[in-house]
Amino acid sequence: MIAAPDLIAFVQHEARLIDAQRFDEWLALFTDDARYWMPLDPAQTDYKLHQSLYIEDPVLLRLRVERLKGAKTYSQKPKSRCHHLLQTPLVEQADHAAGRYQTWTPFHYLETRLDEQTLYAGWATHTLVVVDGNLRIELKRIDLVNPDSAFGSIQLFM
Amino acid sequence: MLTNAAIEALVRDDEVHRDAYTSPEVFAHEMTHLFANTWVYVGHASQIAAVGDFITTTIGTAPVVMVRHTDQSIRVLHNRCPHKGTRVANDPCGNTGKFFRCPYHAWSFRTDGSIAAIPLPQGYNDTGFKQSEAAKGMTAVGAVHVYRDFVFARLSPHGIGFDDYFGASLSSLDNMVDRSPVGKLEIAGGVLRYMHKCNWKMLVDNLTDTCHPMVAHESSAGTAVALGKTLPAMHPAVEIYAPFMSPYTFYEGMGIRVWPNGHGHTGVQGSIHSNYSSVPGYFEQMVAAYGEDRAKEILGENRHNTVYFPNMTMKGPIQALRIFKPIAADRTLVESWTFRLVDAPDQLLERTILYSRLINAPSSPVGHDDLEMYERAQDSLHSDANPWVNMQRLARPADSGPVVNGTSELQMRNQFQAWKHFMTVTP
Repeated sequence: MIAAPDLIAFVQHEARLIDAQRFDEWLALFTDDARYWMPLDPAQTDYKLHQSLYIEDPVLLRLRVERLKGAKTYSQKPKSRCHHLLQTPLVEQADHAAGRYQTWTPFHYLETRLDEQTLYAGWATHTLVVVDGNLRIELKRIDLVNPDSAFGSIQLFM
Repeated sequence: MLTNAAIEALVRDDEVHRDAYTSPEVFAHEMTHLFANTWVYVGHASQIAAVGDFITTTIGTAPVVMVRHTDQSIRVLHNRCPHKGTRVANDPCGNTGKFFRCPYHAWSFRTDGSIAAIPLPQGYNDTGFKQSEAAKGMTAVGAVHVYRDFVFARLSPHGIGFDDYFGASLSSLDNMVDRSPVGKLEIAGGVLRYMHKCNWKMLVDNLTDTCHPMVAHESSAGTAVALGKTLPAMHPAVEIYAPFMSPYTFYEGMGIRVWPNGHGHTGVQGSIHSNYSSVPGYFEQMVAAYGEDRAKEILGENRHNTVYFPNMTMKGPIQALRIFKPIAADRTLVESWTFRLVDAPDQLLERTILYSRLINAPSSPVGHDDLEMYERAQDSLHSDANPWVNMQRLARPADSGPVVNGTSELQMRNQFQAWKHFMTVTP
């Protein structure tokens, strides 16, 4: 039986893996057909015919992670670092019979490289499912407070 | 104020002085001369379909509003109240009805810019107001031309005409529009906005730089190719990334074509966009609309990047357009717009949205690769060791064009000759 503390711990663990740049472990948290989605519009429901900042399946996430490891990844010389500050996740949906859960987590995310640091703020909505007894991410939707602003390069993961 | 001689000294036949990229004084001159004397892309008619619809944007750094006037014509006005200078329309887009109304003192204007009403008008009696600059209302730009729904403007009231300025380069826009079975495009999918801490011309130079993809983008496109080999089927993103890793010989064979006034394109004989998987039903629609020969001709033209000098570029085969909006000598806003081919299958819009996100977004690894190069250059050009940027590749009479080896830097040289001309010409 999944309880609220399990869901909260999962979301916090996910952010910790990103901040620690343990990206292979992070990728393992996603289901095979998962999506990592950052819409361009707060009210957006479609990601095929409307643009998003990110709409990544596990292949595209893997591509990013492999790229970050590469010796010729010049935009990561030197590397970026990041920091998540999460508000305690709120459990919004819990369907124990189906093994599906949804959490809502306000966050501040800071990405830094060289002498610059950029602060992003928003809300992460995790749709979590139980696969072989373990929680997995089916959808991580990240709604920035200002997705329509012009940003510089966002190189790591919120 | 820079003299013409000082401007001309920045551009040699095959080298450009770094001040063209780094100097605030040169940038200011670009805004008052280059962006006033040339035809600059403003927006697309589909963004303002109804009377009163408007978008706000910039030509160079000048704020303008593009609006559908009550007579259905498209007007481009300086977005400045003639009274105190307040920006009148402030939203990225909207509908203003028949009038703009300044939020400061409620001066109101028809959508051709003329003054409709001023509160307490008697206060201007016997003041000579009718002879004032303010009485002209929101000033229209010098000239507007709508070509197949693409709206261009020239800030200066005098200067080169639209047809003379673009000439045969319009064939790239034609090909993009012709790819709709009904010959019509609509802006769709939203706009990606990517801030660059570099000079706008670095992005323009890069459009026809075919010696960088396999180097700068090895980390992204090369990783995609390697990952693709482990997958059971072709992934749509791998299909888009993989051609970036094509060898030099491929890019040499693509070819580059240049036109007068700084325009040009890569991909004369095919390009990285030539071999995308077909979308079911689309070819049949095109044949029904145009006949088989013409449909094949349209779809067989797979140009890569077309530079519409000074600061717009588009890709016909994937219906994407970018504007490089200059903000300062070292700051540029890149906007990536996508189009729906009216009456064509949705999968084509899906592909252009995917392409723009993979290649030109703040989240795009390919975008990161490029921006890293520009920003390093913007910083290191301050080195006094060598004040010149080299554009000499294949700069010999035997490779003079108009169609040349695809790794030539001819188009970069072409742009800077146009730059020199429109920076110094008297309109």
